Amino acid sequence: MATAAILRRRRYSRQQRHDLIAGVLFALPAILGVLIWVAYPILASVYFSFTSYSILQPPRWSGLENYVTLLTDDPLFYKTLYNTAFIAVFTIPLSIVIAMALAMLLNLKVRGQAFYRTIFYLPTIVPFVASSVLWLWIFNPQYGILNTILWYMSIQGPGWISDPAWSKPSLIIMNLWSVGTWMVIYLAGLQDTPQELYEAAELDGATPWQKTIHLTLPFMSPYILFSMILMLIGVFQYFTQVFVMTNGGPADSTRVYAMYLYQNAFVFFKMGYASAMAWIMFVIVVLLTVAIFRTSARRVYYGGQ
Amino acid sequence: MANLSTVSKPSAQQQTAIRSLRRRRRIGAIATHAALIALSFVFILPFLWLLSTSLKPDDQIFAFPPVWIPRPVIFDHYVRGMNFIPFWTYLTNTLIYCGATIFGTVLSSSMAAYSLARINWPGKNILFAILIGIMVVPGQVTLIPQFLIFRSLGWIDTLLPLIVPSFFGVPFFIFLLRQFFLTIPRELSEAARIDGAGEWTIYSQIMLPLARPALATVGLFTFLNAWNDFLGPLVYLNSQTNYTLSIGLQQFRGQYDSLWGPLMAVTTVMTIPVIVAYFFAQRTFIQGITLTGIKG
Repeated sequence: MATAAILRRRRYSRQQRHDLIAGVLFALPAILGVLIWVAYPILASVYFSFTSYSILQPPRWSGLENYVTLLTDDPLFYKTLYNTAFIAVFTIPLSIVIAMALAMLLNLKVRGQAFYRTIFYLPTIVPFVASSVLWLWIFNPQYGILNTILWYMSIQGPGWISDPAWSKPSLIIMNLWSVGTWMVIYLAGLQDTPQELYEAAELDGATPWQKTIHLTLPFMSPYILFSMILMLIGVFQYFTQVFVMTNGGPADSTRVYAMYLYQNAFVFFKMGYASAMAWIMFVIVVLLTVAIFRTSARRVYYGGQ
Repeated sequence: MANLSTVSKPSAQQQTAIRSLRRRRRIGAIATHAALIALSFVFILPFLWLLSTSLKPDDQIFAFPPVWIPRPVIFDHYVRGMNFIPFWTYLTNTLIYCGATIFGTVLSSSMAAYSLARINWPGKNILFAILIGIMVVPGQVTLIPQFLIFRSLGWIDTLLPLIVPSFFGVPFFIFLLRQFFLTIPRELSEAARIDGAGEWTIYSQIMLPLARPALATVGLFTFLNAWNDFLGPLVYLNSQTNYTLSIGLQQFRGQYDSLWGPLMAVTTVMTIPVIVAYFFAQRTFIQGITLTGIKG
């Protein structure tokens, strides 16, 4: 009995040792990846943000200088933050509304659902460079398709992307072309909503509008929250389109936060300054995410609660 | 009895009610289709405009009101566009980038996923939590130190900074593959273990073949990410011979106005592979989801 127990324990611990070695070996690339490409860069980035660092010379400790300069003495910081916020404030709600409308239409169990879904989704997989160049041509004031259509309606179209007053709305219109990702996510959510409740509501004589407001939207609220946060993170990464289409112009009207960060790091070689910008951005995103969670806590319905 | 007869034989009034309900349904269906067709047209129009511009002579590109359908259809812009930039060099670089990152991502991510899903070792839950956590760290935070690492390795202006990190696992794909591995019945790997198979054999001979749909999904998304990547090549590549297509397109810059035709032609060429990949991905993706659903 006793020997059997000891044997069992020894076998058990040998098994444990084997599992530990195998587990670590299989995960070794990922463990090293976390350390080399994420953990070290995060620490280094925090440190750089407190230094003056031009690549050519080793980083020199400068305390809070970068942060102070950014917040009190850099008009472009606020300008690019404003541009990013402007794009976010219009792109995010409009994307949610349009994606939800498309998803609801598709959820009516129409014939050819897969076909329509493909069409609405297709713009999201086109390389940003390609879609940016294409939209530059669409927005062309003289020969572009947009002003042509307006011309058919006897409207004199604006200069779109080349007009400081219209450049941001142009980018927003272009963003709305690629709401397909969210539509697919919403559609999956809609197909998950309990059908019995809709049937019960119909028996009670609920109108389609009432069903949308009192059933669909509450059930969809977690999906909306999820997409809102991902869009918020995404809008701060907004870069390629602006870089390709306007390079920040005209008159800095499309210079967005990610672009100014990139320019500080890789054009002006102010690595410390750019690192500070990255951390301010991170803090803003975290604060906004917390704020969204807080304000929506009572409005979001999680099934079964 | 009276009740039953009314049920079996609806009154004239009820019949009209049913008929009007049917008519209303039909009208609803027609309205839905009309809305969907109109919206589809709006979404597809930019693609048609792209194709149309790439296939018509310059005088039709710069005509007002525009010529919608090219007459005649010409392919000159494709030839000119692909000669204006060193297209084949860029394509080769892009394909190397795509191929190497697909290999690296699928191998390293599936290994980590196997470890997290199938091997019991202390610390695996911590690793899993960390992998989930770092998905929310914005790329800009890590970009600068990563650039400096590659710079000190002398890898700037090579494809290495774009490729090498993929051999260290991609958190999102590790997560995806882990979920998939969890659905594969344990009996399969246990039977092999009793037959004396080691972990590597179980991983490579049993798990990977069973996970083919999930691996295909990971591969296709990795392809799309590499093919579409702009910031990475922009930061790391300096000389033209090393450019990928995405930044190679930038060479038309400044000459957009005279070269809309060739530019639209190259843009079309760059867009077609992702659309083709999407049609493959759609199938594998749905396959992957249904497989998970059945087994889960």
